[in-house]
Amino acid sequence: MKIKQISMFLENKPGRLSEPCRLLADAGINIVTLSLADTQQFGILRLIVQEWEKTYQLLKDAGCVVNVTEVIATEVEDKPGGLAHVLDIIEEAGLNIEYMYAFTFRKNDRAVLVFRFNDPDAAIAALQARGVNVIGPVELYGNA
Amino acid sequence: MSHLVVENRFWDPEAERLSREDLTQLQLHRLRETVARASRVPFYQKLFEKDGITPDSIRSLDDIRRLPFTTKQDMRDNYPLRLCAVPREQLIRIHGSSGTTGTPTFVGYTRNDLETWSGLCARFLVAGGLRPEHVVQVSFGYGLFTGGFGLHYGIERVGAAIIPAASGNTPRQIMLMRDLQPDVLIATPSYALNIADVARSMGMDPAGLSLKYAHFGGEMWTEDMRTEIERQLNLLAFNNYGLSEIIGPGVSGECGVRQGMHLQEDHFLVECLDPDTLEPVGDYEYGELVITTLTREAQPMIRYRTRDIAALDPCPCPCGRTGRRMSRVIGRSDDMLIIRGVNVFPSQIEEALLSVEGTSPHYLIEVDRPGTLDEVTVKVEVQPALFSDKMSSMQELRDRIERKIHAYTGIHVVVELVAPKTLERSTGKAVRVVDKRGRLG
Repeated sequence: MKIKQISMFLENKPGRLSEPCRLLADAGINIVTLSLADTQQFGILRLIVQEWEKTYQLLKDAGCVVNVTEVIATEVEDKPGGLAHVLDIIEEAGLNIEYMYAFTFRKNDRAVLVFRFNDPDAAIAALQARGVNVIGPVELYGNA
Repeated sequence: MSHLVVENRFWDPEAERLSREDLTQLQLHRLRETVARASRVPFYQKLFEKDGITPDSIRSLDDIRRLPFTTKQDMRDNYPLRLCAVPREQLIRIHGSSGTTGTPTFVGYTRNDLETWSGLCARFLVAGGLRPEHVVQVSFGYGLFTGGFGLHYGIERVGAAIIPAASGNTPRQIMLMRDLQPDVLIATPSYALNIADVARSMGMDPAGLSLKYAHFGGEMWTEDMRTEIERQLNLLAFNNYGLSEIIGPGVSGECGVRQGMHLQEDHFLVECLDPDTLEPVGDYEYGELVITTLTREAQPMIRYRTRDIAALDPCPCPCGRTGRRMSRVIGRSDDMLIIRGVNVFPSQIEEALLSVEGTSPHYLIEVDRPGTLDEVTVKVEVQPALFSDKMSSMQELRDRIERKIHAYTGIHVVVELVAPKTLERSTGKAVRVVDKRGRLG
């Protein structure tokens, strides 16, 4: 149920984000979603793509610093309170969120929350016990 | 390498174990002789006359501080051999520097100078395991460079057999090692690593070669490199130091304790000075080595500024040699940066970076003075092994590098993480420092 996420080191300079995006575009790789964390000096680009192995190799071969981590995607209704409900469960379970980001599916009223936990397995168990729909690669890429 | 040890033997036990009192007497006597010899060189004659320096005016070793310095530029100004103190017919050898950083410089030797030099090399070679029954491969260049011939004659003096392989053609070097089974290697440390690499590419295990000991010099190297070379080639590696302007290899060398190189103080008077103020630094503190030759006949050197940065250790050594020990050369005073009054060497920053596991030595030091205070930014290329998708880990990494650099240098710097291969690389020596202070605009 875990999703592979590609992370990449970026310098905080004009044009640095477009380089990897151009590489992926030329290789015909579609980005399901991305998030960018940044400081004044540098940033970390996080990408969810179906062809994560190919993407990893492509960026690595281009000399980028990349790694692969496992994140959890949960599906909630795209309406007020959808995120708050999941966050309550995480808080009650005493789980620490390293970071998170969200996006919506194109064709229905569902939103996807992507979480990075230190212990993803414990997080999956806690979320599923409270009825949260933790989605796997098939559902994620099938709906994107 | 615990199975490899070296027995503590001496080449010249009396000279190498002189008491400090006897040594001081000898140094003073020889310093006066040196001043007398140098007075025959017009360059020194002029300087001595101006300051009223005569051999008799040297009352104690502290009087060294009244003597003028000699620099590389002085040697260039006296090109080619105008610093010689003997008539040309008394020279029996001329060595020199390659001149890659300017006009080449030459040094002359009399027969006694060569005798002295061979003996000095024999001392550190024997301290580092060389025995008459050994076979030694000399992979130093034979030529103007002092390394090849200096070591060659030292080995010959000890009575070991020499394979004068010289430098280059590594596959042939390895063939010689395979067939002639040398016990000792003389090379630069980086060339030793190259030999190991090439041996592997030839399908041989470098650790299976016959080498037991190696004597390295001629370039800066680190303790990490020593560990690596010893592991790959299965030998004990010894460090030695010298420079052609003074004599060549033989100024100092390690004993079996391998914690610093014993200065051969009966032949050289060595000072360690702050390169900026030219005042002596304390024991164990880094400074520029300034060397006065005590026995050189052809070309005596008065307070030669080596530009080499090292520290001196006066603590008695368990081996019994009484010469103070000098640390590895950690840098060149030409590269020294003065940051808010603190002397900082790029090599210290490099060591700090290496100590943070996985950090490659690709870095750039930028010094600027936006207001009245110096500011240092160290740009470090991020390595895949250290990259994390978590911002907190990346900031922790940056903080860790900043703390390490502070611990190694005593100054606070700003560390900037940059993408790999974004820092400039010149084909030869990497550009490590950009000093923007004093620039307009």
